[in-house]
Amino acid sequence: MRPLTLGSIALLCATPLIVGAQTVAITGGRVYTMTGAPIDNGTVILRDGRVAEVGANVAVPAGAQRIDATGKIVTPGFINSATELGLVDIGLERDTRDQSARGKDNIAAAFTVWEGFNPASVYLAPARNEGITTVVIAPSGGIIAGQAAVVDLVKGSISDMLVRAPVAMIADVADHQNNGPSARGELLVRLRELLEDTRAYSRRKADYERAATRDFAASRLDLEAMIPVVEGREPLVVAADRASDIEAALRIAREYNLKLIIAGGAEGWLVADKLAAAHVPVFTGAMSNIPSSFSTLGSYQENAAQLKRAGVDVVLIGDAGTGDAETFNVRNLKQEAGNAVAYGMSWDDALRAVTIVPARVLGIGDRYGSLEAGKVANVVVWSGDPFEFSSRAEHVFVRGTEIGTPSRQDMLEQRYRTLPPDYRKPQ
Amino acid sequence: MRTHLVLSFALIALGATACARQAQSAPAPQTPAQTTATQTPATRASGGPGAFSVPNADPFPSTYQPFPARATLIRNATIMTAAGPTLRGTSILLQNGKIAAIGTNVAAPADAVVLDGTNKFVTPGIIDDHSHLGVYSAPGTSGNSDGNEATNPVTAYVWAEHSVWPQDPQFPRNLAGGVTTLQVLPGSANLIGGRSVVLKVVPARTVQGMKFPGAKYGLKMACGENPKRVYENRGPSTRMGNVAGYRTAWINAEAYRRRWDKWNADHQGDPPSRDLNNETLAEVLRGNIYVHNHCYRADEMAQMIDIANEFGYKIRSFHHGVEAYKIADLLARDSISASVWADWGAFKMEAIDAVKANAALVHHAGARTIIHSDDPSGSQRLNQEAAKAMYAGRDVGVTVTEDEAIKWITANPAWALGLQDRIGTLEVGKNADVVLWSGDPFSVYSRTEKVWIDGALMFDRSDPAERWRTDFELGFVPELRLPGGSR
Repeated sequence: MRPLTLGSIALLCATPLIVGAQTVAITGGRVYTMTGAPIDNGTVILRDGRVAEVGANVAVPAGAQRIDATGKIVTPGFINSATELGLVDIGLERDTRDQSARGKDNIAAAFTVWEGFNPASVYLAPARNEGITTVVIAPSGGIIAGQAAVVDLVKGSISDMLVRAPVAMIADVADHQNNGPSARGELLVRLRELLEDTRAYSRRKADYERAATRDFAASRLDLEAMIPVVEGREPLVVAADRASDIEAALRIAREYNLKLIIAGGAEGWLVADKLAAAHVPVFTGAMSNIPSSFSTLGSYQENAAQLKRAGVDVVLIGDAGTGDAETFNVRNLKQEAGNAVAYGMSWDDALRAVTIVPARVLGIGDRYGSLEAGKVANVVVWSGDPFEFSSRAEHVFVRGTEIGTPSRQDMLEQRYRTLPPDYRKPQ
Repeated sequence: MRTHLVLSFALIALGATACARQAQSAPAPQTPAQTTATQTPATRASGGPGAFSVPNADPFPSTYQPFPARATLIRNATIMTAAGPTLRGTSILLQNGKIAAIGTNVAAPADAVVLDGTNKFVTPGIIDDHSHLGVYSAPGTSGNSDGNEATNPVTAYVWAEHSVWPQDPQFPRNLAGGVTTLQVLPGSANLIGGRSVVLKVVPARTVQGMKFPGAKYGLKMACGENPKRVYENRGPSTRMGNVAGYRTAWINAEAYRRRWDKWNADHQGDPPSRDLNNETLAEVLRGNIYVHNHCYRADEMAQMIDIANEFGYKIRSFHHGVEAYKIADLLARDSISASVWADWGAFKMEAIDAVKANAALVHHAGARTIIHSDDPSGSQRLNQEAAKAMYAGRDVGVTVTEDEAIKWITANPAWALGLQDRIGTLEVGKNADVVLWSGDPFSVYSRTEKVWIDGALMFDRSDPAERWRTDFELGFVPELRLPGGSR
């Protein structure tokens, strides 16, 4: 029997389902295309789920729905590149936690986390309503946690929502105490062993099927899932914070020609030049400055700006909270970006770090992250500076459609706006 | 760094160990007169042959002394007093540890430092009435885990101050966030977790050196899931078990209070035996210790109010109160404050009804609203948290002005700690706990520039050389030095 290849799933998911049929014209706003200077009094036309036209002198098609964005700011939808949306709803309820695989000996490379995604999660709307249109949903736990995916926060099934799956393999060298090995060095040995065995398996599949190989360190499906990683086609996201852990990841990536991304990267500023030289992007936040573990002693809010200054591609993610930061507060990415600016990053770079940079790093830059003709119409109209608390996402288009579904929280607020509540009144 | 990528294990660990978010704690210290015993020479604690210790005699007195201060005049600033409308183009004078003058025409004393406040904002020092700094120190190792005495559902006998590590590197970061006063609470593993302590965010060798002189102690109580989860195997394992546990504790405390009050009045025979647990609870019943009650759900808060009425104590603040908006009218009626987050929720069943407008809706109903942190990171940015909560109110049609929202992190927590006459507002005669901001504190881009406590400059962003570094940081924490110096 031919081994199951998970690559076929990826191919199926590669093209987003187009859902927005209505033509929309957003006029009068300051438009941040992310590929050129901002356009004042710009017009953005959305048609068939795509951006049809962007510019200062664009005619509004007859019959288009008009959105007056005068005095407002128009940006691509924000991309939160490190979430557990739809994977974890209520952190302490096991029944709603689907982000961590049991795996085998702390390796779960075959784990396709998106297949357990919950499109009915009540935490999608709060994120979307505050301008997050696209998220990475990532597994966690273990040396190899599994494969992450990119999804658009549209309605429908996971098949409808997927943008790219897998988008990356997730590894964790930041938490060796919880990942099985009892020392950093042992964890790295396990990682190297897996990479070696993946190469061997890849070369000798036929022998493997005849049981004519030595035992490998991982299951067939895990080895299979690792092949695109060792071939440098699929990024390996390595969670690492201590400078020496980041350096270890850089070493291994160089030895095995991996396409590396560092996530967390608390002490990245200490090795910023090495990260830049190796062209390794970093997913990090700008609200963490506490030496909360011995791996994060050198935590500073300036880390993101320092990395950027050194030439590293910085993708801003949330890191100020714990579990809820990845579900309920996926929406707080804009606060992270604002703090990045307060601590040294330019405003333009911070906006790039939540739009075009993640799109490119995630390999979807041809379709996402900017406002250009032909791109997927994920667009937000902000009442003002998107990073400011005073600003609201007034219109959020995902694939050309404004979903605008009230969140569960909206319903509760309505219900209890006057006390006592009327429990029979429809919300 | 806590990315979701490394998070799941941490979350599970939380469930087991009741870290700050899962577990909570209660409020503040005191020194003022408690029982009459402390005023009776015959019963003064003195040690030695023939003497005896007495309850509540302030056995760990504050040794805090204000730091050296120069008179300071900030000119032409925007001053959010938390006691009235924002004053623009106004000056404020800090002198002898107090706020000496506020006005448009304040003369600088001869030796005063004069600062130009043009385009800058001045607020009272931020007060966080829910912190675990020092009891859950960084790094968060097992060796530093001192916040939950999770060995008994009722541990009114423990005092948070006995866990506080003054070298916790989170203290200077908190100060840099504008926080000048903290209530450090035990965690929420227990029904009754123990005494809190109120600290000034200042460097000191001992916790006594940080204790806010004269501040009352608080008692940490906790509802709901945390105690039930921690004591699942020995009980309480249900919410009804929780309630039975509170009531049993108060029944015992009542009897203890009567015995001691009688003895204090008549001094007949030997004094009753001391019991640390009941000493603290009796002080709550006498009104000398404030109850700070971790409670998420509206229905449980209503039950806790009934329990307080049954035993005749007051709840000073419900902490977390993610459903406070559902019973905001009850809170207003009984003068109970709500210490809440701006936007945390969803992490457990009792948190699923969290709404961003919670603070604004509670405020709108007339109850005293507080934005607290329960988190060393959020505590540094309570201004940002208050901003989110304020604008969330506007989104549902509840207009909260900046003049009101600033009280959520200053005047109102001062009230929760019983320190409203000394801190929390910028008024002449109040302690000179003051923050100078680079801009509007409700903007994401604004940062603290300077922080004063009792008139002494304790943090100056423009002067990294003088930055408070804890013992722990020396050698362990690599220093980030930026071109130009300031951070």
